[in-house]
Amino acid sequence: MRDARADVRRPVGLRLWLSGGWLSLLTLAAIFAPLIAPQDPLAQDLFLGRLPPFWESGTEPGFYLGTDSLGRDVLSRILYGARLALIVALVAGTLTCLIGATLGLIAGYYRGWPDRIISRFVDIWMAFPPVLFSILLIAVLGPGLVSIIIAIVIIDWTRFARVIRAEAISQGAMDYVASAQVAGRTKFGTMLAEILPNVLPTIVALLTLEMGIAVIIEAILSFVNLSISTDSPTWGGMISEGRISVHQAWWVLVFPLITLFLTVLSFSQLGEGLKDRFDPVLR
Amino acid sequence: MMYQIRDLHLSLPDMTRKPILGHAPQMNILKGLSFDIPKGAVLGIVGGSGSGKSTLGRAMVRLLEPTAGQIMFDGKDISHASEDELRPLRKRFQMIFQDPMSSLNPRRRVGGIIAGPLRLHGVDVSGKVDEALEMVGLPRHFATRYPHELSGGQRQRVGIARAIALRPDFILADEIVSGLDVSSQAQVLNLLEELVRDLGLTLAFISHDLSVIRRLCSRVIVLRNGEIVEATETVKLFDTPQADYTKELLQAIPLPDPGQTWT
Ligand SMILES: Nc1ncnc2c1ncn2[C@@H]1O[C@H](COP(=O)(O)OP(=O)(O)OP(=O)(O)O)[C@@H](O)[C@H]1O
Ligand SMILES: [Mg+2]
Repeated sequence: MRDARADVRRPVGLRLWLSGGWLSLLTLAAIFAPLIAPQDPLAQDLFLGRLPPFWESGTEPGFYLGTDSLGRDVLSRILYGARLALIVALVAGTLTCLIGATLGLIAGYYRGWPDRIISRFVDIWMAFPPVLFSILLIAVLGPGLVSIIIAIVIIDWTRFARVIRAEAISQGAMDYVASAQVAGRTKFGTMLAEILPNVLPTIVALLTLEMGIAVIIEAILSFVNLSISTDSPTWGGMISEGRISVHQAWWVLVFPLITLFLTVLSFSQLGEGLKDRFDPVLR
Repeated sequence: MMYQIRDLHLSLPDMTRKPILGHAPQMNILKGLSFDIPKGAVLGIVGGSGSGKSTLGRAMVRLLEPTAGQIMFDGKDISHASEDELRPLRKRFQMIFQDPMSSLNPRRRVGGIIAGPLRLHGVDVSGKVDEALEMVGLPRHFATRYPHELSGGQRQRVGIARAIALRPDFILADEIVSGLDVSSQAQVLNLLEELVRDLGLTLAFISHDLSVIRRLCSRVIVLRNGEIVEATETVKLFDTPQADYTKELLQAIPLPDPGQTWT
């Protein structure tokens, strides 16, 4: 009677370790930025302008990754920029997921008129060009953290709604749903207790992906100067400033770019890693 | 009487012929079925593919609502009862599904799957899961497994364990052995026979395979295109089949010796 199928132990994925490690590191750095940042990220000193990173000659102690043309410390600005990037990722990602996944789940599981209303709404919503829409929105709301978050939610909730709806439709056709009804579970109870655990892996994968996308959107909006005011450092803002002086001081552009890249990559890999580790059903 | 079914009609919208605008035409799937299932009986329901067996079964456990006619369960008319009215009755009739891969939630452990209906009806779960596993011949430690970690026959046993855990009066079994190989088929059928005897169950057993019905059932109804073409005792069905369709079905049973006949 005993076979080995239940004994297969899954290796703790390298993917999960690397992506989770980088994001944990970044989160700690963001939380403790005031303690660990070597310099004031806003302090300008024209005598310290365009200092190269520590391994090159002509550096000053305490400016590990160099300074920009105004003499602001690149490392400290990256650390403070992580605060904003992570807040946007977390808040915008979670809100987008909650709104989109809830509507998608209801539409896909209940079908009928809730589905007709929600699906129609999603179709109309997607007819707007999203980037134009968000730029317009920020122009109306004014730049700021809240505007960015709202813009991201408004653009991206439809992605969740569509994917989760399709998933809920296919799960709803399974006999375990009929079986729950035979057992006397309410329709709503079945949605939460039976369907939700089965769409959860998809939700988590989309959520982490969305967090990465939120970081990118925030960077793009900072890049075109539509994000937070210039006195809080953002990665997008740094990239935009670094671009101008890339021939004289490449480090101003390259370090925030690498940080951004690693962060977005980690978010997208985190979802896969979590699935490998925690989803009981291997596919 | 466990079940009294009178002139049962059921139609579903035929989505394949739905015009772009307007409603899909109704397709009559069950066309006036009447039969009884006495308490303690084992009724076989046979018929070819698409004859409406599953639809009838799903109507009996009220996963589907009949378009017309009556379904009486233990004297109560449940034909149009709402889900709220049905809930107290639900623990008295259960269903075992054809495909356990689909009917067992893949992200729940076996223990949770069996305990689910018990918890819903406020039954004290302690010990019941072990007991149900034991009754279907699975070791206790299977409670912590996921469905995909079991073999096909073991999965079907979990489906049976879930159905009997509530100690229902009636169980509907829809083609529960057709996905299994011959030896697991025999095991599952033995198990079902035992359970019917020990628990005093009333059983409706849907199958397209008459040889399976012959072992298990005391009475048979033969379904074709949503109509009953023959309803009789199993012995009589095999000895003196009346309807031509029944004779066709009988001829389709593979015999060990080509020269041999069933009679
Ligand atoms: N949801 C549905 N919508 C429309 N038609 C359906 C639906 N479900 C079943 N049917 C049709 O009803 C008829 C009877 O189907 P049913 O599943 O009851 O057959 P069955 O006797 O169980 O067949 P099988 O032995 O293949 O399981 C078929 O013609 C089928 O196409
Ligand atoms: Mg069927």
